Amino acid sequence: MRRIISILMENEAGALSRIVGLFSQRGYNIDSLTVAPTDDESLSRLTLTTVGDDSTIEQITKQLNKLVEVVKLVDLTEGAHLERELMLIKLKAVGAQRAELKRTADIFRGQIVDVTSTLYTIQLTGTSDKLDAFVEAVSGVPIVEVVRSGVSGLGRGEKVLSL
Amino acid sequence: MELLSGADMLIRSLEDEGVDVIFGYPGGAALHIYDALFRQKAVEHILVRHEQAATHMADGYARATGKVGVVLVTSGPGATNTITGIATAYMDSIPMVVISGQVATHLIGGDAFQETDMVGVSRPIVKHSFLVKKSEDIASTIKKAFYIARTGRPGPVVVDVPKDITNPADLYEYQYPSSVKMRSYTPVLRGHAGQIKKATEEILNAKRPIVYAGGGVVQGNASELLRDLVHRLGCPVTNTLMGLGCIDGRDKQYLGMLGMHGTYEANNAMQNADLILAVGARFDDRVTNDPAKFCPGARIIHIDIDPASISKTVRADIPIVGPVVQVLTDMIEAVKQLNIEPDQAAQQAWWKQVDEWRAVDCLKIKPSDTELMKPQQVVEMLYKVTEGDAIVTSDVGQHQMFAALYYKYNRPRQWINSGGLGTMGFGLPAAMGAKMALPDENVVCVTGEGSIQMNIQELSTCKQYDLPIKIININNQALGMVKQWQDLHYEKRHSHSYMDSLPDFTKLVEAYGHVGIRVDRYEDLEDAMIECFKMKDKLVFMDIYVDPNEHVYPMQIAGKSINDMVLSKAEGS
Ligand SMILES: Cc1ncc(C[n+]2csc(CCOP(=O)(O)OP(=O)(O)O)c2C)c(N)n1
Ligand SMILES: [Mg+2]
Repeated sequence: MRRIISILMENEAGALSRIVGLFSQRGYNIDSLTVAPTDDESLSRLTLTTVGDDSTIEQITKQLNKLVEVVKLVDLTEGAHLERELMLIKLKAVGAQRAELKRTADIFRGQIVDVTSTLYTIQLTGTSDKLDAFVEAVSGVPIVEVVRSGVSGLGRGEKVLSL
Repeated sequence: MELLSGADMLIRSLEDEGVDVIFGYPGGAALHIYDALFRQKAVEHILVRHEQAATHMADGYARATGKVGVVLVTSGPGATNTITGIATAYMDSIPMVVISGQVATHLIGGDAFQETDMVGVSRPIVKHSFLVKKSEDIASTIKKAFYIARTGRPGPVVVDVPKDITNPADLYEYQYPSSVKMRSYTPVLRGHAGQIKKATEEILNAKRPIVYAGGGVVQGNASELLRDLVHRLGCPVTNTLMGLGCIDGRDKQYLGMLGMHGTYEANNAMQNADLILAVGARFDDRVTNDPAKFCPGARIIHIDIDPASISKTVRADIPIVGPVVQVLTDMIEAVKQLNIEPDQAAQQAWWKQVDEWRAVDCLKIKPSDTELMKPQQVVEMLYKVTEGDAIVTSDVGQHQMFAALYYKYNRPRQWINSGGLGTMGFGLPAAMGAKMALPDENVVCVTGEGSIQMNIQELSTCKQYDLPIKIININNQALGMVKQWQDLHYEKRHSHSYMDSLPDFTKLVEAYGHVGIRVDRYEDLEDAMIECFKMKDKLVFMDIYVDPNEHVYPMQIAGKSINDMVLSKAEGS
């Protein structure tokens, strides 16, 4: 099952490599990863998605918790949560396809953020599923380039990950 | 406040941490630190002949005492030479601090002379590591390093110190911190009271219980408590290779070691138990055999300081995360208070069954059909001559298993071996570290002619520091354990498992300034060994030639249950 694990860690050199190293060392895979500082300068927040059965995920979270620089973590997929990913996608857009692409982008609440005579660059945010669905929807058009931010997220309502 | 250079602060921090001895080897990036060492008396430095040996010495010192072992090396090759020793300590959860010199801060990343990314290279095999960025951070980093190394599940910590940080010309105010607090590192201090009570009830109501205790009991200093609990319960108890000594090897309830080369009674009792109380043990693959077939009828209670050890390979029914000392104390209290009468009939039936397995006498030494001595006889004789009281370190191979099976350890920290990593070359330096810590004890290294050659250069260090350990070289002229597997699984194709062109070990040790004794016949063994142990102030190396074709039995059959095992060579081949 796909999981979103969100980690608060010390904002120190080496902390990220310890987390990434743990995954390769123990044979777990990371599907996406994003990391950035938080409002508290001494902390970074890292979100990663991985796939595994319950016992693998249990091991992953236990092993992550053992890392000295990991302050706290939560498996967001255990409860109600928000997840968002950003995608910038550059598509071939000529002739009738230009109008068609614009319509599809609107349906997905995407924005065209850059235009040339033959290309559209569309920005889209949402769950990974939504981004996948968009890519599927425009599959008739040649994709020139795609970049995705990886998933970030947080728990819904009262649930917070903080010190 | 005192003004000190970074190098002086580093050594003073060690002194203030209570370190009396460190093991190391100098080099460019560590020269300021070595100069600071020279100008003080509080911290003794043992100059080794190879940095790997320094880590094993610190490790042996730590295992013998429970204190943190300390290593000091230079950057680059000095640092990389410690890797095997760090990994060895990591796998067995041994508290250790390794201080490595590093090239100056402004050179880092530029492929400078003797630059290695030590924090990066050691990352997967340390509990934690630090690269010290400023001289002002030295004292607090050392404080944290020791705190992390010895608390929770202990382990090795690397402190990498760039040369400019230790510059003798730059002085700083020095004060050693009195305490540490790290928001991101908080070892568990208490096991869950409700779980402990529930577990105790289940144990008392079990019909076929067994206690399976490992290195965590030794490292956690909980042997006395474990013995108390086991005696109250009256049930069988087995130890892992790492746990040997936490139960007295002569105890009536003790079934010996379990696992791959465990006893028939220990493995059968595990497989047939209805309840397993695992204490400070981690269901290692050398114990469980196929985890899917592991002890199908047993409820499992697992006590461990490390939550990640619980349900890692075998699912625990009642997990208890906490220090063994506290959990066992509370468990004993619960046994007293719960007042549950054990089922006498069930207990008797269980012991009757266990005694039948014991009657197989799986460790009986089969008389040799040739002139050759059996390796088991050597360990048996060692047990006799040392009256079961020596501290025994071992290397890795068949001799290690014989030393584990045929010497009855009566106390924790008496048996010192590399269980998790299985590091050949560990035995001699580990014995040296133990002897440094406990000079009045008889310290013996049981080794093989293969393993001893992996750190034999330390005989020179033994001379320099006058370490009169005893080395029992069980010489089977082969990488015996490898050869055994080739006999069993590769139709006796002995690919590179021979040790031909062996040195004359007696001459070799004499060249190092020690005493060598060679023994070829069993009739001579006892007298020679007595003579060896009479030489209290000398390092004596006994080169004992044994049957090159002997195998270690019992032995589990790979991929089956814990109790699927072969008991003899005749049965095995
Ligand atoms: C550093 C290292 N290299 C290789 C091995 C694999 N290995 C395990 S036991 C063994 C043979 C050890 O030979 P010896 O020390 O003579 O002991 P014996 O088995 O003959 O008693 C080897 C090569 C190891 N454990 N450690
Ligand atoms: Mg050998």
